[in-house]
Amino acid sequence: MNKNIDLNNLQNEGVENVPMQERRDFLKMGLAITGIFAGGSLFSAVSTFNSAHASDFAKKYPYKPHYSMVMQQHRCIDCERCMDACVATNHVPNVHGAYRTTILEKETPDAVGGKREFIPILCNQCNLPQCTRVCPTKATYKDKTTGIVLMDIKKCIGCLTCQEGCPYNARYFNEEKKAVDKCNFCWDTRLSKGEKDTACAHACPADVRIFGDLSNQEDRVFKIVHQIEKAVWVLRPEAGTRPNVFYTKG
Amino acid sequence: MAHHHTTPSLNELVTGVANRLKTAGTGFYLMVFIAAAVVLASAGTGLMAMIKGHEAYYNVYREVPWGVLIATYVFFVVSSTGLCLISSIGHVFGVQDFMPIAKRSVFLSIATILSGFFVIAFEIKLPWRMAIWNVISPNLTSNIWWMGTLYGIYLAFMFAEYVFLLMNKHRPAVICGFSGSVAGIAAHSNLGAVFGLLMGRPYWQGPYMPIYFIASAMMTGCAVILMFHILGYKVNKQEMAPDMQRALEVTTKIGILLITVILFFTTWKLIAGAAGQPNGAYPVVQSEVFGHHAFVFWFFEILMGMAGPLVLFILSKGRNLKLMLIASLSMIVGIFVMRFNLVYLGQALPVYYDLGVNEFKEMLHYSPSVYEWVITAGGFGLTALLFLIGEKVFDGHKVEDL
Repeated sequence: MNKNIDLNNLQNEGVENVPMQERRDFLKMGLAITGIFAGGSLFSAVSTFNSAHASDFAKKYPYKPHYSMVMQQHRCIDCERCMDACVATNHVPNVHGAYRTTILEKETPDAVGGKREFIPILCNQCNLPQCTRVCPTKATYKDKTTGIVLMDIKKCIGCLTCQEGCPYNARYFNEEKKAVDKCNFCWDTRLSKGEKDTACAHACPADVRIFGDLSNQEDRVFKIVHQIEKAVWVLRPEAGTRPNVFYTKG
Repeated sequence: MAHHHTTPSLNELVTGVANRLKTAGTGFYLMVFIAAAVVLASAGTGLMAMIKGHEAYYNVYREVPWGVLIATYVFFVVSSTGLCLISSIGHVFGVQDFMPIAKRSVFLSIATILSGFFVIAFEIKLPWRMAIWNVISPNLTSNIWWMGTLYGIYLAFMFAEYVFLLMNKHRPAVICGFSGSVAGIAAHSNLGAVFGLLMGRPYWQGPYMPIYFIASAMMTGCAVILMFHILGYKVNKQEMAPDMQRALEVTTKIGILLITVILFFTTWKLIAGAAGQPNGAYPVVQSEVFGHHAFVFWFFEILMGMAGPLVLFILSKGRNLKLMLIASLSMIVGIFVMRFNLVYLGQALPVYYDLGVNEFKEMLHYSPSVYEWVITAGGFGLTALLFLIGEKVFDGHKVEDL
């Protein structure tokens, strides 16, 4: 009946008795959290910091489906098929500075192992977009049903404030359309016609770009964004735009 | 009946204006001709760019979408707001010493804002759409929408105020002047907020811009008032009356105060961008103070725009008109570059700089094209043209009994 535990006389059992698998899992989790697991570069430490934000961003999904993309950054080999597919699908003009999506290259010469990685970028379809706030005429707006940031071409006055406001360099002025142009997750060219993914995700041979529904617990993007073993992050979280494009690797 | 009364007085007015224009010498007409030629060249260039697409003529690009034309627009609306605010000290708020500068300043505030609109019409890619959609699809969270709308209201008030000043109707002039000042402050701080509220641009971001824009407008207003009043007397070849001399003396004093205010602001802007090496701002401040952009910053913005004129104003004691003219001219050149620095430097650091990718490791560069410079010159040409014609048509903007 004596339930009092004598704390002062408890002995340290050590970790020898913890099963091997449990220890491994625990270490793995710790490493994932500190970022060492993700590759050991300084950047990955930053990435894990961001992943905390990523799960915050993921708490609310006001749209059904809540379109989202996860980039498996480590898989990207810069074949640029995504870019070609985007250009062909969305009629992006072949002039300098005109693109809806591109691939950035990062080199870490003093990294252990691989020293080069590729970072695909596109419009982050932010939950709190800067571009739509600054547009004087609502020419760019966050669509109420899809959550995609769209353009109403006829209203664009070409002041380019949205380009200044976007923290992701996702916008350019399209001289052919006479309006600012941007990625719309292929809304007009694919999704609204019943296709299930974007042209870039469809064209990617390395399964880098995973397109899906963040509000669906069975969806791949949901599962990747909500696990805690691998770091998931967003670009430029300090801009506070709550992006819907996530990054992961390893 | 009314027609019978107004028609002869209109004729008289036209004859009067014609006679005033006839009094001008060859030099005046040469200057008018040059200014008009610059405006025409500018409008032609701007229309060509508008029709064929800006891409082929302007050096702005995806990562630096705003260039010298935005800086010029900012410069002119800064000048206009400053002219409005400084001159309102007298004719709106009743400080007697400032009364004589009222008419010319209000006229010039209209001339400068029209010059700003002239330049921005060639900067915005589809200005005709703005006229429609700003009205029927307004975005109330957009600072640029507020800025445009409020500047429209401001222009209407300033125009009405000038008409009332001409008619010697003091009370409505004061009401319009006060309303114009309020609209001007609201519009101009919104212009600051166009830059200041962009979350992804750390060099601009924060409440600094709207505040700085107002103080900076008042500083600019002093320079523009001094320059145009001294030049106005040269154009009209008149002796300056003691009350006008007194008005320029107090304007110089306010100018001294405002230069020190902006020097203070600039100092803290730099310290804030250096202390703790904040992401997104530190490399820009480094370039501004020590690096690639240092000469432009120190020579034009600091020396020509503020430090030099500060010394000259103090030496002039507000009475040596030659020193004051040199100081205000130098200041205007410096302030123009100041606007360019503000617009360019906020974009100089790529948004992906901290990602460390090969594409965006360096600061972005931009230098205006010849076409952009020609359009910029057109803004100055238009102000010069309106100033010159205004001096003759309105007979030196004499203030009789305000």
